Amino acid sequence: MDLISNLSLGFGVAFTPINLLYAFAGCLLGTLIGVLPGIGPVATIAMLLPATYALPPVSALIMLAGIYYGAQYGGSTTAILVNLPGESSSVVTCIDGYQMARKGRVGPALAAAGVGSFFAGCVGTLILAAFAPPLTELAFKFGPAEYFALMVLGLIGAVVLASGSLLKAISMIVLGLLLGLVGTDVNSGVARFSFDIPELTDGIGFVVIAMGVFGYGEIISNLATPSDDREVFTAKVTGLMPTKEDFKNMAPAMLRGTALGSMLGILPGGGALLAAFAAYALEKKIKMKPGEVPFGQGNIRGVAGPESANNAGAQTSFIPLLTLGIPPNAVMALMVGAMTIHNIQPGPQVMTSNPQLFWGLIASMWIGNAMLIILNLPLIGMWIKLLTVPYRYLFPSIVLFCAIGVYSTNNNTFDIWTVGAFGVIGYLFVKLGCEPAPLLLGFILGPMMEENLRRALLLSRGDWSVFVTRPLSAGLLAAGLLMLIIVLLPSVKHKREEAFVEE
Amino acid sequence: MNIKSQKDFFSGLMFMSVGAAFAWGATKYNVGTGARMGPGYFPLMLGVMLALLGAVITFKALVVETASGDKIGSWAWKPLVYIILANLSFGVLLGGLPSIKLPAMGMIVGIYVLTFICSFAEPGWKVKNTFILATILAIGSYIAFVVILKLQFPVWPVFFTR
Repeated sequence: MDLISNLSLGFGVAFTPINLLYAFAGCLLGTLIGVLPGIGPVATIAMLLPATYALPPVSALIMLAGIYYGAQYGGSTTAILVNLPGESSSVVTCIDGYQMARKGRVGPALAAAGVGSFFAGCVGTLILAAFAPPLTELAFKFGPAEYFALMVLGLIGAVVLASGSLLKAISMIVLGLLLGLVGTDVNSGVARFSFDIPELTDGIGFVVIAMGVFGYGEIISNLATPSDDREVFTAKVTGLMPTKEDFKNMAPAMLRGTALGSMLGILPGGGALLAAFAAYALEKKIKMKPGEVPFGQGNIRGVAGPESANNAGAQTSFIPLLTLGIPPNAVMALMVGAMTIHNIQPGPQVMTSNPQLFWGLIASMWIGNAMLIILNLPLIGMWIKLLTVPYRYLFPSIVLFCAIGVYSTNNNTFDIWTVGAFGVIGYLFVKLGCEPAPLLLGFILGPMMEENLRRALLLSRGDWSVFVTRPLSAGLLAAGLLMLIIVLLPSVKHKREEAFVEE
Repeated sequence: MNIKSQKDFFSGLMFMSVGAAFAWGATKYNVGTGARMGPGYFPLMLGVMLALLGAVITFKALVVETASGDKIGSWAWKPLVYIILANLSFGVLLGGLPSIKLPAMGMIVGIYVLTFICSFAEPGWKVKNTFILATILAIGSYIAFVVILKLQFPVWPVFFTR
């Protein structure tokens, strides 16, 4: 068996004490920084990248993988504890995770995220090892028309999961897409909507929007509600481990999330992000058991599903990077940077010319995931301690971390002004009842969508029918249409509105 | 004509104006054709789409009856102003503002000012507690961001370090 011999080669490389130590250090540092609100994996990896320069390539990549998983898990922890998504893919974890925390079920929520991530990580690693070579071909079949159709499908999925008015959710997506276009157009070099501000030619940073809209917007509306209205959820923390009932609900959600995440993660573009959103939408559509907590109010499936999908997606998003050399997201782009520093050109040749590195990295992914669960489940108590800090001490700290976080991404005070502006906009959204999550998704996909639309239409000489004549793209668009129709069906629409009224 | 849903009415107006603004801005760039999309093509398309969506939302807000009227409610001016002000003053103090000849005061001063302005946002704050919090944050940030992570921050006022 190739798979077994390959994996044993990988584990042989990764299971040396020194590499295990690097994996451990990476996980610990990653979690520690990832837990800080508003500092996502990208910022964390970027910050810690210099620490790996001196290491041999394999150890450096192993440590980086550890940092990545740690940062991601730390991000979920923050999402659950303070309702601040440290990274785009934990936006959906906030929805139910934070509600669980408010209801005193911090422990089960964190455990669901941890166990879900670990399980998905194991499966994702196996898939990566087994299917990396053949899966290259699936990605090859995707042309720009398919990517565009896929993104449309992902955005429709985001609409379905947004609470409240469908029209408003679609509008928020379009607004997000537009904001994503601010900055220099890659094809013509024209700086769009930059108002001659040099900093805006690079576009608006994702971190700036996420922190402004989610961080500041949330703090302001929190402070606006009189303090006795605000739920003090720390008093009710009981039982760290999920109950049997929780496990029963979690397990299928984890399986579904893992399957969905592994599939979506392969596709360059949204990877973990699309996976998390899609998994949440899927969980929401699956019939509830009697007595189950509704979504948006702390359903454990709403944590386990997206978290598994997100991690499976993160895992399989290494496939396009390692097989094609295309970084599917910002984190992978950083990994490319790290590999080039160590004189490794990512691409198909890595597997053949440097099998030790390739399989060592894959093995270390599994080790990273195992490390996380060993490290984080016992430390849950420590994360919960964060909650016992009164809000009056927490919110100035969050404002500070946001300000420092945005500043440190570019070392530019301009980002601090923009985050302030987006704070005001975020509060406006809260007041107008516009949910910001779809905006964020649109923002990320904006430039990618434009690029793929442009390419697709260039190839078809301006003929829009290319999206329906290519079978894969037509299938994806049909799936999106179907989703929209289902949501708009009178009976489903009624139920959907009912569900949101309870919030 | 009565506004049936205040939230929707104003969000519709917001989408309409933002969409129109983007569409108008997009026409300043080369729009091109489908086969040869210029930098203005996609934003123009999206801008028009957003404006139309906004129009529909506004229209529905005037026509479709809602139970409570979806009132926007009062604005929390105090937290809004203080949080944003804290954020802006941190930026000003951290990097300095050449236009008013304010030198960079560095991170530590910025943290104290940010913490105090933030605290004003909540009634019942105490000088002593806020001071302790600011000190903890200053020391913690110094250790985490400057010592461990080695981020490039102006830590102290420039006239100290020079």
